[in-house]
Amino acid sequence: MSIAPPSQDVLVSFRAVQKSYDGESLIVKNLDLDIRRGEFLTLLGPSGSGKTTCLMMLAGFETPTHGEIRLEDRLLNNVPPHKRDIGMVFQNYALFPHMTVAENLAYPLTIRKLSKSEIAEKVKKALGMVKLDNFGHRYPGQLSGGQQQRVALARALVFNPKLVLMDEPLGALDKQLREHMQLEIKHIHESLGVTVVYVTHDQSEALTMSDRVAVFKDGIIQQIDAANVLYEAPANSFVANFIGENNTLAGEVLAAEGDYYAVRLAGGDVVRALAVCPSDKGAVTSMSIRPERVRLADQAAGCENRLAGRLAEFIYFGDHVRLRLEVAGQNGFMVKVPVGQLDSGWRVGDTLDVGWSARDLRALDPLAA
Amino acid sequence: MMSESLVMDAPLTAADGVPLAVKLKRQARLKQLKALGLIAPLALFLLLTFLLPIGLLLKRSVDNPEVVSVLPQTSRLLADWDQRGLPSEAVFNALAADLTRAREEKTVPELAKRLNMEISGFRSLIQRTARKMPLELAPGASVRDRFIEIDERWGDPDHWHAIARNAKSWTPYYVYSALDLRETKSGTPELAPEEERAFLKIFGRTLWMSLWVTIWCIALGYPIAYWLATLPKRQSNLLMILVLLPFWTSVLVRVAAWIVLLQSEGLINRALMGLGVIDSPLPLAFNRMGVYIAMVHILLPFIILPTYSVMKSIPATYMRAAISLGDHPFAAFWKIYFPQTVAGVAAGALLVFIMCIGYYITPALLGGPEEQMVSYFVAFYTNVTINWGMAAALGSLLLVATMTLYAVYSKLVGANRLSLG
Repeated sequence: MSIAPPSQDVLVSFRAVQKSYDGESLIVKNLDLDIRRGEFLTLLGPSGSGKTTCLMMLAGFETPTHGEIRLEDRLLNNVPPHKRDIGMVFQNYALFPHMTVAENLAYPLTIRKLSKSEIAEKVKKALGMVKLDNFGHRYPGQLSGGQQQRVALARALVFNPKLVLMDEPLGALDKQLREHMQLEIKHIHESLGVTVVYVTHDQSEALTMSDRVAVFKDGIIQQIDAANVLYEAPANSFVANFIGENNTLAGEVLAAEGDYYAVRLAGGDVVRALAVCPSDKGAVTSMSIRPERVRLADQAAGCENRLAGRLAEFIYFGDHVRLRLEVAGQNGFMVKVPVGQLDSGWRVGDTLDVGWSARDLRALDPLAA
Repeated sequence: MMSESLVMDAPLTAADGVPLAVKLKRQARLKQLKALGLIAPLALFLLLTFLLPIGLLLKRSVDNPEVVSVLPQTSRLLADWDQRGLPSEAVFNALAADLTRAREEKTVPELAKRLNMEISGFRSLIQRTARKMPLELAPGASVRDRFIEIDERWGDPDHWHAIARNAKSWTPYYVYSALDLRETKSGTPELAPEEERAFLKIFGRTLWMSLWVTIWCIALGYPIAYWLATLPKRQSNLLMILVLLPFWTSVLVRVAAWIVLLQSEGLINRALMGLGVIDSPLPLAFNRMGVYIAMVHILLPFIILPTYSVMKSIPATYMRAAISLGDHPFAAFWKIYFPQTVAGVAAGALLVFIMCIGYYITPALLGGPEEQMVSYFVAFYTNVTINWGMAAALGSLLLVATMTLYAVYSKLVGANRLSLG
């Protein structure tokens, strides 16, 4: 699923970086992060998790309270933002409204004192890259949101920066356009091979575009991995719940059996779960299972873990149907069933066999709530 | 029904058979009437208190009723006068009749005053002649000779030209005078002799002082507006109150306060002398310096507010974007931030400039004779000499200057806006 970055050498490294705005609390706590050359890294997290602060420290608009940021072994801490040679795309596009599209694109090139013909050529190429060849003479105000975003993208790339930062660049676009732009940005990244650091709070965006995703919470990176690993093998309950849909079952660890725990659920049933976060015997654990990994009725027959569930609701999604079940005393247990596999005999109130493989049930840290 | 609506060129009708276009128009008209009803009181108020007085003022500047109303017969006859030599016996006769009636109706002084503006000494001529009315004449004697006998100036064609010029109900005299022009005998304007010119200099001074006040307001107001726009909301609100505070005091009080501060025995001079910085008081009040200080202070909020509101609407990301693209922050400010504030600064500067050219109280109280602006003379002609024509002409010219300025300005700034999309 993820494309391996062309080389594994490190472009940017954060070492023990801390940031505090008020001197009382840390918005970024002890961050160690390596950004590889040519990769598409997404910083994902809820608002206030410190992801944008990291981006701003990298861009130079915020200074770390402690720690070091290096770009190709050059210490960045005291380099002013205009000397960092890092392109940036902002959420509100930040296109200069009094300049045409072409003038916007020429801006970084003029500063770098390129010749007129060189500038014209690069601007033309950049416009072609974002498929806006005939829009050079227009003003940003005459463009649609999607077109403005493309110009912003082209402007951040036109001076061949080593690194491009994107701060929720698609946040202002509607869903369809956003999905289209995600692919376009991804293709541009692949064709240019530029290193991209992308900030978003939209997990599906992160999964679609990135080589690696760093999940932030409370100023700490919870997990940094490729999108599929993040989804299939979340390292803790936060990541499991933040990325994609997730069923959580709470239980008490009875015994460790190799890589697995035997866990007693609230209803008294005992299940086997993959031991991801270490737990003591008798401790509470939150177990996570994806809705599409659950088998129902006859298909559940061969599963290691099998429980009884009462059908509470059908929710129709067109390509699939979600069933809400009451399992082990919880009534929010969701199961995704493709329309073709739905048994037309099922009715609300029926009791079905619910099963899954022990490998798919991940015993994680107990949820705080 | 279905087939009817499918016919392309048949007009669409509503369910009740009325054509859709008619129905729509009816609705739109109703909305328009409602809107008109809502603005009617204000429109009426503006008409009565704003447009009408301005119209009257403009009329006053060319209004010339005195000669026509006091000397009706003479005026009528002089209209056909060939302007050569002295007028005919009939005209003298008419003048005698008119003056007799004017004496009875006690309208002689206004005529005398009006004609005195044309040629000094005309007042006494008219009054002396009027006292001799009605004319006692030996039969067969010439009225013309009798008039010249009363005062030989009646034999001077210039005085008759003056009456003839004003035998119309309108005159360019006031407007010409306000521009240091005078009417030649042929009716074309020419520049008055150097020693009689006054108003061109005053208009020039008014515009010059307004320009400097505006420049100072921009220089002082722009950084404050920028600071206000970048501060956190709580602090900027507090500072905004400080900016607006002067608005809550009357201009008169503020000017008086400046006199207390700036005069040679004032607080500033005493403090500086007390500190030993200066030996003799600085001339801060009752000169141009004092007028500039007070006017800039009074008008500063008018440039801060529009500039601030424009700056507030410029997201910080523009500057960040420019810097991230490699531009030095100062250069980015000049190339990216400043051009976007021009509209606000321009609006504020226009406001300040227009208010300046009509300023009266501050120069009158804090300035010397060399600081008085056009408005001072408008007040002078209205209150002191009761010369409404001159006051109205000066006021009209001020209005024309303001409107011209506004037109030029809105064209410059407006066109700029349009290209921004």
